[in-house]
Amino acid sequence: MAAKKISIIVVSGTRERLQMAAMTAAVGAVSGNEVSVFLSMNALEHFVRGNGHEPPIEGSFGKLLGEKNAPGFKTLFEQAVELGDAKIYPCSMAMDIMGVEREALESYVAEPLGLTKFLDSAADAQVFSF
Amino acid sequence: MSEPRVIDARNTFCPGPLMELIAGMKLAQVGDTLELLSTDKGSANDVPEWIHKVGHELLGNREEGGVWHITVKKVK
Repeated sequence: MAAKKISIIVVSGTRERLQMAAMTAAVGAVSGNEVSVFLSMNALEHFVRGNGHEPPIEGSFGKLLGEKNAPGFKTLFEQAVELGDAKIYPCSMAMDIMGVEREALESYVAEPLGLTKFLDSAADAQVFSF
Repeated sequence: MSEPRVIDARNTFCPGPLMELIAGMKLAQVGDTLELLSTDKGSANDVPEWIHKVGHELLGNREEGGVWHITVKKVK
């Protein structure tokens, strides 16, 4: 039986959205789906190695996230890759605009991808955007 | 029969317990039994779902004083 595909586009840089995107990627990937994540816009900076700054929160739930012991979004994205074979692609356009090279990004992030290829792979997938 | 390996994910929130169990399953051998401890209510439903979906054997799921003990056997 062919694996089901899940494509996740993450452009937001806020904590709640990054958390939801990461949870979707992680749980989706470990449940037998082929998960691809596309990181662009404000999401991308959080995957630059050494970027420790906390994403801004949108609302009261963001505050709760900070207080409770839920796994952080970076841990979850990493788990999606390590435990579920998810692929996390940085948007090549966003990398150009930010002036970052692949080596500057976290090791669990895959090679840069453009929209053409990503849209192609998303054609027969469930698509989520954050 | 070997002792179940205990994975203590108490006081972490969803999807923490599920991810910890999966990390443990990856390291385990086929035939090993793992026991997940969780205080997260959401995980009490989610974890058995996952076990079922992926095809391992759910040996037990009981709650004791707010802690769920979910026992699973790695079958593949």
